Parts: sequence; C-alpha cells; structure tokens
Amino acid sequence: MADDPVFKALADSTRRLLLDRLYERDGRSLTELESDLEMTRFGVMKHLRVLEDAGLVVTRRSGREKLHYLNPVPIRLIHDRWIDKYTEHRVSALADLKRELEETA
Amino acid sequence: MSTMIQTTVQMYAVFIKATPEQIWDAITKPEFTSRYFYGSLVDSSFEAGKPYRSWSPDREKLWVDGEVLDSDPPRRLSYTWRALYDEETAAEEPSRVSWEIEPQDGGVSKLTVVHDQLERAPKTAENVAGGWMYILSGLKTLLETGEPLAG
Repeated sequence: MADDPVFKALADSTRRLLLDRLYERDGRSLTELESDLEMTRFGVMKHLRVLEDAGLVVTRRSGREKLHYLNPVPIRLIHDRWIDKYTEHRVSALADLKRELEETA
Repeated sequence: MSTMIQTTVQMYAVFIKATPEQIWDAITKPEFTSRYFYGSLVDSSFEAGKPYRSWSPDREKLWVDGEVLDSDPPRRLSYTWRALYDEETAAEEPSRVSWEIEPQDGGVSKLTVVHDQLERAPKTAENVAGGWMYILSGLKTLLETGEPLAG
C-alpha cells in the first residue's frame, strides 16, 4: 500500500481533528463524532471514509452501530521509514553492550 | 466510563502485499513468529478448544497461554490471551485476540488485530498497546522484504 492515501488523509484539518477525537477516546459512533463537529452528518461520513480508506481509522460493528477506532499503524510505518536509520544504531549498540556485559559477567 | 471504553477494545490494521495464506502462515508458524514477535515461538494446532501457546526463544518459558476460540484458515483466528511474561499481567483474567485477514485488490491483504475483553486486564491493555503496532509493522516488513525489522 502506497503512503499517498495516508498523507492525503492527514492533509486536512477536519480529518486531523477527527483523529484527535479518536485519540482521546476511540470506539465512537458516527453520531458521537458528529456532535463534536460543526458539520453535517454526510460531511463527517465522507471524511471518515477517507480516513478508513487510508487505514487510519478501522471500524467494527456493535449491534446496530458502527464504532470507529484510531489505527496508528500507518503512522508508525511512516515513522519507521525515516527514523529507523538512526534508532538502528542505538539499538544495535545497546545489544552489543548487553552481550559484552553478559559475556564478562 | 470513558477511559473504560478506550482500554477494553484495541484495534490495529495494516495493508500487506501478500496473500491471505502467506499471512496465515506468518501468524501460525513458529519459524515466522520468531522473526517478528519478540522472538517468540507460537505453539498450537489452531483448532477450536485446543491450547494456544507462545514460548520464549529458548523454549524455556511460557510467555502466552490461551485457548483457540475460532479458527478459519486463512481468514480468521481468535484465541484467549494471558501474558505470563509479566507478573502483573499473569495475575489478570484472560483477554481475547482476533486476527482478520481480508484480500484486497492488487495482491494486497488487510490484516486487522482486535485485542478485546480487556475489562479485567488493565495491565495487559497497557502492556500490549505499543506492542501490536511494533508486531504488525515487523510482520509487514518481513512478508514484503523477507527481512525482519532492524532492532
């Protein structure tokens, strides 16, 4: 999956606000999310759809309601893409240190 | 009440360029789990009612103990989860882990992990929150590149 849908989904303040709301507390229904925003139900649905297509929001049914959850994995993958280069050395340095300490102990 | 809802269901999803069968293998075979799941070795026949276990890399310690609830290869797997690698989580009630694999267009599959029934396992909820993200990221990297994540 390309990162484009993730960046496009994040490039909108309303969608970021929806993610903020889900970060505070997820498992929310459309009705709950809608009541927080100055926007029509249809508008909120459209934004949630973009977030869902990008994998940033995942849903599951609970009775008659569809509950929305923030999925941080795509953001984690973006993080890994540019951060690992630096953390890798730190992690391997720690692993080396651990091995040395254990061998000399 | 609001914090209860937040901690009792956790959902994580990732798109992986792999077939449902490849993903199923990665979840159910120890030679795969050892490469992205903290080195752990999964041990189960994946039949409903049978044990689901996960061992430390040296096979000395039982890290996770549970029971298979539902198994429908290569689409759905669900089992109970009690983490024994930590004293506090080991003392809690079992929670439930479910994997769902859905094929998408273009040779991509959507993998979703739901960790729920965490009402009586707040320490477990806290403990696994960052872990699932790390595991799914590692699983994707392993299946798409053949290499585990560094570190």
